[in-house]
Amino acid sequence: MFEPALSVLLQTQVPNVHEFRITNIFKPLASPAAAERTAAYLVLAITAVIFVVVAGLICYTIVRFRRRPGDNELQEPPQVYGSNQIEAAWTVIPILIVFVLIGVSARVIAAIQNASPPPQSVKILLVGHQWWWEVRYPDYGLVTANEIHVPVSSDGKHATYLQLTSADVIHSFWVPQLAGKTDLIPNRINYTWIDPRQPGVYVGNCAEYCGTQHANMLLRVIAESSEEFNAWMSAQRKPANNSDTQLSAAQTVFGSLSCVNCHMIRGTSAIGAFGPDLTHLMSRQTLGAGVLVNNTENLRAWVNDPQIPKPGCLMPSMKLTGPELNQVISYLQSLK
Amino acid sequence: MAAIDYPLQRPKAEPGEFSFSETLYKWVATVDHKRLGLMYVASALIFLIVAGIMATVMRVQLMFPNGHVVGPDTFNRLFTMHGTSMVFLVGMPMVAGFANYLVPLMIGARDMAFPRLNSFGFWIFLLGGLLLYYSYLGGGGLSGDGSAPDVGWFAYAPLTERGFSRGHSSDYWALGVLVSGFGSIASAINVIATTFCMRCPGMTLKRMPMFVWVMLIDSWLIVVALPPLSAAQVMLLLDRYLGANFFNTQNGGSAVLWQHYFWIFGHPEVYILIFPAFAILSEVIPIFSRKPLFGRPAMVAAVVAIGFISLGVWAHHMFAVGMTSWSNTFFAASSMLVGIPTGIKIFNWTATMYGGRLRFTTALLFCCGFLFQFLLAGLTGIMLAVAPFDWQLHDSYFVVAHFHFTLVGGLVFGLFAGMYYWFPKAIGKMLDETLGKWHFWLFCIGFNLTFIPLHFAGMLGMPRRIYTYAPGRGWELWNFVATIGVFFQIAGILFFIYNVLRSTLRGQPATDDPWDGWTLEWATSSPPPEYNFEKLPVVRSSRPLWDLKHPQDPDWKWE
Ligand code: HEC
Ligand SMILES: [Cu+2]
Ligand SMILES: [Cu+2]
Repeated sequence: MFEPALSVLLQTQVPNVHEFRITNIFKPLASPAAAERTAAYLVLAITAVIFVVVAGLICYTIVRFRRRPGDNELQEPPQVYGSNQIEAAWTVIPILIVFVLIGVSARVIAAIQNASPPPQSVKILLVGHQWWWEVRYPDYGLVTANEIHVPVSSDGKHATYLQLTSADVIHSFWVPQLAGKTDLIPNRINYTWIDPRQPGVYVGNCAEYCGTQHANMLLRVIAESSEEFNAWMSAQRKPANNSDTQLSAAQTVFGSLSCVNCHMIRGTSAIGAFGPDLTHLMSRQTLGAGVLVNNTENLRAWVNDPQIPKPGCLMPSMKLTGPELNQVISYLQSLK
Repeated sequence: MAAIDYPLQRPKAEPGEFSFSETLYKWVATVDHKRLGLMYVASALIFLIVAGIMATVMRVQLMFPNGHVVGPDTFNRLFTMHGTSMVFLVGMPMVAGFANYLVPLMIGARDMAFPRLNSFGFWIFLLGGLLLYYSYLGGGGLSGDGSAPDVGWFAYAPLTERGFSRGHSSDYWALGVLVSGFGSIASAINVIATTFCMRCPGMTLKRMPMFVWVMLIDSWLIVVALPPLSAAQVMLLLDRYLGANFFNTQNGGSAVLWQHYFWIFGHPEVYILIFPAFAILSEVIPIFSRKPLFGRPAMVAAVVAIGFISLGVWAHHMFAVGMTSWSNTFFAASSMLVGIPTGIKIFNWTATMYGGRLRFTTALLFCCGFLFQFLLAGLTGIMLAVAPFDWQLHDSYFVVAHFHFTLVGGLVFGLFAGMYYWFPKAIGKMLDETLGKWHFWLFCIGFNLTFIPLHFAGMLGMPRRIYTYAPGRGWELWNFVATIGVFFQIAGILFFIYNVLRSTLRGQPATDDPWDGWTLEWATSSPPPEYNFEKLPVVRSSRPLWDLKHPQDPDWKWE
């Protein structure tokens, strides 16, 4: 049997695309993350001052009052039981600080949660699955997977709205440079919004533990100019390319396999909904929710046995024969 | 004034040697609070080692990107078992163990109020722990799906429901936690009854040692906070076996409901776990500073306040579930309020040392480590309480670092302080101070080396509970350093184990009162006889032994 070697590292950078891979929460590239950073700086400043003062006090006490060799061992130090004035002081000061902090967080929470975001340009319904993302564009009637294309919002004047829910267990949407976490909870719809300021690929992770392959449930938000976005959208909305007669044999093989029970390829008899939509598989940068870079070698490795790159994932090892695998791969590669 | 009467006479030694089976029987059938206390602490230490080994495996797996030491399933079981064990099988029995051993001695009682309930509590806790670990063998069930639980220590629904958790792993988790929780509740009720009913003549609540006060409030908190958890476990079992669908989202249940139940227990739980450290510090710091605890009434008030406030902050674990801005603000505010009494505690401990003559025994070193680390933990806690900041930090390695700072940097350091301090009383031998200092410095360096870097990993977007990660995301250095720290911690713990074994076997014998103590446990022999005190003591202040040792300047003149 044919066993393609898996020589590539998992979750690696996709060549030739601009990825924001160092997801530093202090380098926000969208309004929600920027507002969160403002709050963070404020709290960090206050807590840093507290730390320096209190730790300094403790250090001073430890050094100043340590027992020294010459001390009279039998003489006890003065017995002080407390002091109402001092204690009142260090009760009142923290109270003041805490109230400042409460005021600040109340304001920031309200500012972020009740803000009217910039006018909506795109609406997305993001559905979490164990361990991949279903991305729906209800206004365009499009369903795709794992990579979220959104228009870039260089001027911050329009935003992408996300409705979040889950098909199975709880997941969480976290692209640190765009926005903090919002959970995807079954039987419930949550909201968040993003307005990426720079074109490029924003990397993130599912942030709520969701089972075996939680670690390999990566998020990719692809921000592009509205022309690119529209071009992508109209290409995606087309059904799969069936015209290529050279591939009809390959397509027949694919159609005879149980892949069709789990995967949708629009315009063909494959209408499964359990796994990601594959209609335009080759337009994606990665496979398996970011676990592999999408290239021929990796696609082959994935279809041959997804349990090797992503052990425990819900696509079974299909045990295709060598010729079947070749046919399936060439068919999948036609899904541009 | 009536003379103060202390039973300082040496009790008679226990007669004769016992055979192994006799000794075993004596320990298994005992209802003596000191033996049960030691058994609690010993089993907690064993679970600590087991769960510590699990943590080591996880850190080794994460030392480099794309680690291949363990696979995802093993890793997920490791962190679930590690977390569940550390909270329910290490932290909780440590609370019970210290309270059991010390409360009766400190209040001049002969035993706990309900000795047999006490023994029931210990054995049912152990049964819970064994049930949890038996999952490695029995979790597969007939179909062979599953092994140990792999749902995380807070076991969010619906991951625990039948559809997503086949086999019996989640059943063992729910049962093990439920059953060991009964043990905690039993021992808490016992502590409350003991402190209210068994204090020796003259010991008013005002004169009760701070340790006993904190343990009393801790026990109240256990009695209030554990039942919601037990209820949730029962509901989960009903879901899994009787189709109750409380949390089964596939049939209209609510996933968020589980989180409310869990955290209304879970947040008070972190205070339940840290209070024993507060209790220990409040005894150890004064003794080695040679000064009474600064602002005792404020210290009691602060613990009571923390206890109350901690019941109203639970949803700060849920800022990401999509609550309204009002609820987010409420829980952010209530969480920050905890900072006030906590600040008072840190200030008062420092003030106790201020002006004293500090004797840096290993016990006091651990207390100082606690002060710095707990300060940092408190401040990162404030950061997490600010909901907008938390939307970024939540469920990241920052949170992992934060709560390890509270529970290791705080609780474990406090427990070590307590062990070095009371070991002579309980075992009758001194722990070696040189080995103790090696233990302290290695463990302290290792701990900070492990957990300081993890804050940064979290701020760079590293989520918790991932079994592997890719290179190039800025996480390599932090994870590498964190794992190096683990080896220092292990070295520290090995020093501790060696110290305990060596000192028990051929350590320097301890006098009854090796630290020049002030509370009643130092007024009986080391180790104390089964009945604790030959004659029940009578006290007139919160430092009865100080009064005895300083007849010209007794505390009761000032109280
Ligand atoms: C039991 C249902 C099932 C069957 C049968 C199945 N798959 Fe999958 N497939 C999945 C699931 C679920 C995923 C998502 C896995 C993940 O990322 O965790 C997936 C992912 C994929 C992906 C990656 C998609 C992406 O965007 O990342 C490809 C390609 C794929 N499957 C091809 C196939 C082929 C070819 C077959 C038939 C040989 C097949 N699958 C059979 C369930 C199935
Ligand atoms: Cu997920
Ligand atoms: Cu909490």
